[in-house]
Amino acid sequence: MDISKRLVLHFPPQMSKQAIVCHLARDFDLTFSIVKAQITPGEEGLMVMELMGEQRAYDRGVQYLLEAGVKIQSLSQDVVRNEERCTHCGACVALCPAEAFSVEPGTWKILFDNDKCVVCEICVKACPTRAMELYF
Amino acid sequence: MAKTVAEINEKIKRGQAVVVTAAEVIDIARSQGVSRAAREIDVVTTGTFGPMCSSGAFLNVGHSQPRIKFGGGRACLNDVPVYTGIAAVDVFLGATAIPDYDPRNRSYPGEFRYGGGHVIEELVAGKDVRLEAVTSGSDCYPRKKLETWINIKDINDATLFNVRNAYQNYNAAANLSGRMLYTYMGVLKPNLGNINYATAGELSPLLNDPYYQTIGIGTRIFLGGGIGYVAWHGTQHCPDVPRGENGVPKRAAGTLSVIGDMKQMKPAWLMGASMLGYGATLVVGIGVPIPILSEEVLRHTMVSNAEIFAPVVDYSGAYPRREEGILAEVSYAELRSGSVEIQGKGIPTSSLSSYSRALEIASILKGWIEKGEFLLTEPVVSLPGVEEGVTFKPLEEKPIIEVE
Repeated sequence: MDISKRLVLHFPPQMSKQAIVCHLARDFDLTFSIVKAQITPGEEGLMVMELMGEQRAYDRGVQYLLEAGVKIQSLSQDVVRNEERCTHCGACVALCPAEAFSVEPGTWKILFDNDKCVVCEICVKACPTRAMELYF
Repeated sequence: MAKTVAEINEKIKRGQAVVVTAAEVIDIARSQGVSRAAREIDVVTTGTFGPMCSSGAFLNVGHSQPRIKFGGGRACLNDVPVYTGIAAVDVFLGATAIPDYDPRNRSYPGEFRYGGGHVIEELVAGKDVRLEAVTSGSDCYPRKKLETWINIKDINDATLFNVRNAYQNYNAAANLSGRMLYTYMGVLKPNLGNINYATAGELSPLLNDPYYQTIGIGTRIFLGGGIGYVAWHGTQHCPDVPRGENGVPKRAAGTLSVIGDMKQMKPAWLMGASMLGYGATLVVGIGVPIPILSEEVLRHTMVSNAEIFAPVVDYSGAYPRREEGILAEVSYAELRSGSVEIQGKGIPTSSLSSYSRALEIASILKGWIEKGEFLLTEPVVSLPGVEEGVTFKPLEEKPIIEVE
């Protein structure tokens, strides 16, 4: 595997009944894992996925999605910690399914590794001081 | 070798007091030995920083012209209802109050984004807050409606008065059910998916003075970034619970009621918070100094996370139904390690109170005392102890029979 990126896919309402993402595996030899999906017939669909494969296959797969009419956003900046509001309590640590939070030995401060974040958003709502913010 | 608070204060004034935090004292006293450490150390500082719902503020906003009395009427601060059932322009702003329009748990789990705790944080931060009041008039207080901005620097009084803070030990919360739970102990994943716990363990004030030998009514403390006092024992104060050989309670036990002038507090140490699916609250920073009056007092401050045990309670069953029964007893060392083993399964743990900020509070208080800015007080009266037979009573409901 050369490349692995997390993407937010927005499907226009008219596409909600078409098979799209399965072609990434079948025609482009890519693998993906779906982090979150919200597809309702007749409405704009949203899918967060991790897309993995060789760089050239990845580029062609993304090109296919764009040509099919899917809007794509990169996920790297989506959940951001507001350092002023974070109290380093750690309420997020055990909740995070991606283990993006860890406790720094010695200082007991909570570290947030944005690269591990899969934007499930559980920390955004569960943080008591609402220090985790979602950006699109 | 017994020292007195007065002797320790003399040393503080001369800048000679030896002050260590409740984290530092453990290794120092272990390596020096108890008797030498008790001679040399004058004060141990503790700290805790976590959500404490039984918090609030009494405000006196000053008299308008013409005059208005809120009593008997309604008033809000930034749309959060405040209690008006006291004299003309006094109100009580509770940490858990929320605007009438908040959907609460109608859209489950409710977010409770803004409540009394957030208003307190904004007041302390020096922000203007919108006051609205509607009431009936009287000959002496003719006005019926008031809408104005208020600011903490302009109003007469802003007194933080929390009736139950700094719990001496507390439940660790788990969820045995098959669905996600949203509680005051945070989000609990199904099927023992995680455990949330709440106290600062070896740093926590009352865990370092398990029999209330030094902390009592009148004790001067760090409160919300400023100076406050222990006003009374907290509500639900219940000293008579199972204790370890070291005297440390194994269940939720003592509590403190604390008071202080909010005008000298700081928003970093009084933060509004929202517990998903539960409600709004206030995160409060408290630090209590413990004067090392004897070897026994020092020995209690040496308590470490491995020697403090919390009960794990099921918040899908035993807790809401008010039933006896705990799943396990686990040490704070285990809880702080990030995982505990229960029913043969490793369960990830999370803290709701900030250990790093608790350490910071203990260090700030240590700094104040070292610089001679903060003198210790002797309690006016002790908190009720184990021997006083205080019990934590449940509510036994009695049927109300309507008489025609």
